[in-house]
Amino acid sequence: MPHRSHILISGDPISLARNAEAIKSAFDAELAFYALTDEVAVAFTGDLRVPPAQLPAAIVYPEGVVYGPLTANDAPLIVSEHLYKGRVVDALRVITKPLTGAIVRVPSREGALFAQQRVVLARAGIINPESIEDYIAHDGYTALGKALTEMTPAQVVQEIVDAGVQGRGGAGFPIGMKLKIVAETNPTQPSPAGEGKGGVKYVLCNADESEPGTFKDRLIIEGDPHSVIEGMLISGYAIGAREGYIYLRGEYVQARERLEKAIAQAHAFGLLGEKIFGSDFSFEIHIHSGAGAYICGEETALIESLEGKRGEPRIRPPYPTTFGIWGNPTAVNNVESLANLPPIIRKGAAWYRTLGTAKCPGTKVYTMLGDVNVTGLIEVPMGTSLRTVIEVYGGGIKPGKRFKLAQTGGTAGAIIDASFLDVPMDFAELAARGAGLGSGALLICGDDTCVVDLAFVLLRFFANESCGKCVPCRLGTTRALEILARLKDARATMDDLAQLERIATQMQIASFCGLGQAAAVPILTGLRFFRDEFVAHADARKCAVNVCAMRGEPVIVKTRRAVPVAV
Amino acid sequence: MPINLTINGNTIQAREGETVLQAARANGVHIPTLCYHADLSPVGACRLCVVEVEKMRGLIAACTLPVAEGMVVQTHTPKIVEERKFVLEMLLTDHPNDCMICEADGGCELQDAVYEYQVAWSDHKGKRHSYPVGADQNPFVFTDFNKCILCTRCVRACAEIQGRNVWGVANRGFNDKIVAGADVSMLEAGCEQCGACAAYCPTGSLTDKPSRGKGRAHQFSKVRTTCVYCGVGCNFDFNVRDGKIVKVTSARDAYVNGMALCVKGRYGYEFIHHPDRLTKPLIKKDGKFVESSWDEALDLVAEKLAQHRGDEFAFLASAKATNEENYLFQKFTRAVMGTNSVDHCARL
Repeated sequence: MPHRSHILISGDPISLARNAEAIKSAFDAELAFYALTDEVAVAFTGDLRVPPAQLPAAIVYPEGVVYGPLTANDAPLIVSEHLYKGRVVDALRVITKPLTGAIVRVPSREGALFAQQRVVLARAGIINPESIEDYIAHDGYTALGKALTEMTPAQVVQEIVDAGVQGRGGAGFPIGMKLKIVAETNPTQPSPAGEGKGGVKYVLCNADESEPGTFKDRLIIEGDPHSVIEGMLISGYAIGAREGYIYLRGEYVQARERLEKAIAQAHAFGLLGEKIFGSDFSFEIHIHSGAGAYICGEETALIESLEGKRGEPRIRPPYPTTFGIWGNPTAVNNVESLANLPPIIRKGAAWYRTLGTAKCPGTKVYTMLGDVNVTGLIEVPMGTSLRTVIEVYGGGIKPGKRFKLAQTGGTAGAIIDASFLDVPMDFAELAARGAGLGSGALLICGDDTCVVDLAFVLLRFFANESCGKCVPCRLGTTRALEILARLKDARATMDDLAQLERIATQMQIASFCGLGQAAAVPILTGLRFFRDEFVAHADARKCAVNVCAMRGEPVIVKTRRAVPVAV
Repeated sequence: MPINLTINGNTIQAREGETVLQAARANGVHIPTLCYHADLSPVGACRLCVVEVEKMRGLIAACTLPVAEGMVVQTHTPKIVEERKFVLEMLLTDHPNDCMICEADGGCELQDAVYEYQVAWSDHKGKRHSYPVGADQNPFVFTDFNKCILCTRCVRACAEIQGRNVWGVANRGFNDKIVAGADVSMLEAGCEQCGACAAYCPTGSLTDKPSRGKGRAHQFSKVRTTCVYCGVGCNFDFNVRDGKIVKVTSARDAYVNGMALCVKGRYGYEFIHHPDRLTKPLIKKDGKFVESSWDEALDLVAEKLAQHRGDEFAFLASAKATNEENYLFQKFTRAVMGTNSVDHCARL
């Protein structure tokens, strides 16, 4: 019998440390007391993205009311009032923000527009992520069944190609094309070092989500781990692989537990292992936790790390599609990309193309943060403008502030100004304007943000995370950071500013991999839209919004120039 | 099938599998490099060898770019020159300005590239590394990682030429550094002191310890010779200054061994000028060794050998002798002395 209500208790590490288990026991006991056990389900769910002070929290569906911070003593009141009598207990609701949930829902608009168009997050926050039965009850593994029993691998690839779905890791490479290349690559390429297994292909899930401000993959895994597993199974079937690896960010302890449980359950249900659904398709998934390096999110560095080597990017070509794990053809895809595959197979490419824009179909999961009233994860169709995101989902800019700039795509993304507010955001539109969608982080900054300070914070990250392999990135990020620090402290000159721009330009041209090229983006786009502010720091030695300390004196360094000769 | 490509407007032919850098060099086009070495696997890390290729985006490292039919390559456009100057300038922001006392002066590839592109050393106020100089206490390789440009040629030479895997890269970004083993001493990390890392180092970061302060490249004359230590017959160059051998450098064109040498060949030359070295044969007369001439010594040996034949005689040959010499030894033993009792000190 379906339950009329669901209580989902935050199961993140903080909540668990604050004895969320006891709260669940208390709910169970109270529901039993009122004989509601058959009508109301209680389960742990992922991180609800409630502020830490409000944890542990619980969300009660179908109303979507969030309670917190809770103790076991609050359970009797919530059960007797809300679930027995149907009255929301306002006194116990999360106070600061109405819906600072992991998944921002817009109840008033449900059925009207965006909120109904969830593809990747369709189940997250609604099902119990630790229950494969819940997943199956919500159409889970039907796409895998359809693929294995009704479709050939080539048809699966074609369906994904037709859907036009692009990789959600940041670069936006068409997933179907990638699978097609791997599917058509002859697997018998022994690795030059002779250490590979040879004759096999791999599915690799890039879950090393290390872009600051991006946590969509974690919440997808924590909220709906089976969708990722099903996506891996579908791509494994499509390319002819028998094994898959999930390279998980090391800090994602909860996600790892969820995945391990999900994999064990899938094994128990015959959805992983030998002869899945009675077909000839067999598949295994292994989890590998990273050790905390941003560079390992770059797919070739990730593969190096997975092989037990130092996480440094490889020379490309060859690309992982032909030379991946231990030299074998490998389909590397982001978590969100993989979670897109089951709905595409289940409902078809034509359905998928009804979402989003013509060039970039589908939805995009954004992590929204910064100076908006509601932060968290949202899923909206491709092509939704930044203005809509801020006003509808973000609840507007924080009181007393005005929009100044946004950064799309995490630290590696472009800093954009108000002229971008009405651009339909997808990979193609932003790329055409010199920005990018990246990993899907949307940092919204109000008018009290100093762009020099922002660039400094971002560069500090890149300088820490550069692997150091190539000269432009290793030394370029360090020197750029030093100049930004001087700008913030009124110790820089206009010469420094020129050098900053030169470093960024050269880093973008000359770096070995995307890290160094991306490190230049915040500087170059910051200069493009807010050059006056940089100049004010260097020339007038003023920070208009009084964020930077500006206490120093300019440092003038005399460099003896070599007498130029013809080169 | 030769591949046709155009470099700086000239059509050239290259072999399949060659890189643009190899093709350019084979055709006399100079492209500067630091991390590249013809003996080692390319890594594309220094970004000095970048070129522009029609229909390809940005600047591409020539050392890792395979040639392709119809490729149109430019090696010295203003954009490329500006990038190379930037790379060298960045390297100098974390490099000491002490070429005057540097062991590698005159044989330093960084110095050559900086000279070629006329990049000034900058006295900037940013951070620089200050590692302890000469910290590793091994007998033969002098370490000064302040001069390291992280080209990883030492890492690759140790792994690919010598097969010891002593060197590695630790940390990230600006804090990257070359370490032996897990940041222990070279000897603890299993170093055999072959000196390949120093031979492949393009700067003064790793240099030969025994020859420190005894002269620099332009002060030496080089004499090609064959190593006396074993039968392999490695070739290398004695570096001679004022009539004395002060250093050994290995050479790529050495037929047998290329740049590879063992610790004896590279560093075991001290005996040559040692006062205790025997330069004339000694004959024991009345219980004492007495200097004699080669004629006298050889006559004595021949006379003694003539007194024996057959199995009362046995011959023990030396691993220090070449294969050809050992062949002659056994031939002499069998054909002249009439016995098969011949053995060799390396037969353990």
